[in-house]
Amino acid sequence: MGIVVDQISKHYVRRREEIIALQSVSLQIEDGEFVAFVGPSGCGKSTLMNMIAGIIPATSGTILHDGRPVLGVNTAVGYMTQIDSLLPWRTTEDNIALALQLRGTPKREMTDRVDRMLDLVKLTQFRHHYPVELSGGMRKRVALAQVLAYDPDTLLMDEPFGALDAQLKLVMQDELLRIWDRSRKTVVFVTHDLGEAIAVADRIVVFSSRPGRINRIEKIDLPRPRNVFQIRFAPRFQEIYESIWAALEPEIQREEAL
Amino acid sequence: MTTDRGIFETGESQSLTGVSALVEQIGRESRHRKVVLIGRIAVGVGFFGFWQLSSGRLIDPFFVSSPVAVAERLGLWIIDGTLIYHLAFTLYATIFGFLIGASSGFVVGFLLGRSSGASSILEPYISAVYCLPKIALAPLFIMWFGIGMASKVAMSAVIVFFLVFLNTFAGVRDVNPVHIHATRIMGANEWQLLRTVILPSAAAWVFTGLKVSVPYALIGAVVGEFMSSNRGIGFLIAQSSALFDTSSTFAGLMVLAVVGAVINAGLQRLERHVLRWREA
Repeated sequence: MGIVVDQISKHYVRRREEIIALQSVSLQIEDGEFVAFVGPSGCGKSTLMNMIAGIIPATSGTILHDGRPVLGVNTAVGYMTQIDSLLPWRTTEDNIALALQLRGTPKREMTDRVDRMLDLVKLTQFRHHYPVELSGGMRKRVALAQVLAYDPDTLLMDEPFGALDAQLKLVMQDELLRIWDRSRKTVVFVTHDLGEAIAVADRIVVFSSRPGRINRIEKIDLPRPRNVFQIRFAPRFQEIYESIWAALEPEIQREEAL
Repeated sequence: MTTDRGIFETGESQSLTGVSALVEQIGRESRHRKVVLIGRIAVGVGFFGFWQLSSGRLIDPFFVSSPVAVAERLGLWIIDGTLIYHLAFTLYATIFGFLIGASSGFVVGFLLGRSSGASSILEPYISAVYCLPKIALAPLFIMWFGIGMASKVAMSAVIVFFLVFLNTFAGVRDVNPVHIHATRIMGANEWQLLRTVILPSAAAWVFTGLKVSVPYALIGAVVGEFMSSNRGIGFLIAQSSALFDTSSTFAGLMVLAVVGAVINAGLQRLERHVLRWREA
């Protein structure tokens, strides 16, 4: 069933001026697909993702997630942003257990699941630490474990590794791909880093700047499983990069000129 | 994967090679603590020593009494029960005032913080009442509640109310929207959101309000006693100074200072525990 975005528009007012963030955007994302949204800042890619999450309403159009229209907060997804969404007053294990507690998971099952998640993101020895005591990379791992813990079939990730340095970013991409290879969840991945998008995604949706529209959709035919550390040196990667960049660059320039 | 392993190895090797540095640091810290302790004792001895020596030589003891005289008076009060009689009154007023003011301040601050409509309507009235010096209410409270404990409780409650109210209000407003969204998406209903996000997030602000207001609760009670009372440390100080009994006045002040310091130390420990997640 996946995600169906049908004729979505979003208008809002800033300084008494009407701004069109998205204009009649339609898109279909298949189950188990890894889709990346790229585009210049302000193109509405995060806005669309937040609409799929149900935390901002659309001005017009509909979104179906697994056949059900998204009308309010969408609790069937896992949501991860660039900004740290870990609760600072909860330890690593309590943060990972959060969604399970909210859903009333039995105690034993919860402990089991948390243990497995800690193992998955290799943070077992940091289970009693508070977020302030962890490094940026560790916090991202906790955030990832937090959304994976309740096993949503769709992950919405808004520049999840945006704040990390280049090397750590690769490590996290690698970890995400390993987990995805095993679970085959539907992933919507918003990024402004084209290289990152190509390395992880099956399909890339390129947005144009205001009013936000879909400029083109590119299928990434790089074989899986991928090695994010080496894939950027593959000739095919370079080809794809250049072809998408050719579409993206004028948009970025246009956004800069505005 | 090589980078991945690297992250964990740096953590481990630090703790291995860092043993001697750790020992050194512990040594440095304990030396530092000793110096501070000696310094504190020296300042205390110096202060009381100067006071004792200057009294009667440089300054008339009628005005400043002397530490020995003050200590004698305190000893006397302890033995004859004066201290406990008055201190109990002041502490009761402080504690009841604090509890009433803090709980009502928390509830009202929380409700107004969650409802932006009501808070924008009430905003000018709240700031007007906030700017009013609360001490100016003392005569009114004495008129309403008499010269007994009730007027002192009211005095400290109203001071505490505003401090806790404003901090709770700010704290509830200060919740990070990302935390709210993320937790909602994880499936939280309104009640769960309140418990898992809004209250813990506001806790730091609320706690700051509570911490600041405890000394003010004491001030409220003592001011009430100054104005009109027949019991309490504030009454003792006012009465002694009216009788030109400097030793008793200073003894009363000493008691208040010690009570304040003890309360503060307790609060600091409590804060370290409640807000331990904020420490790096």
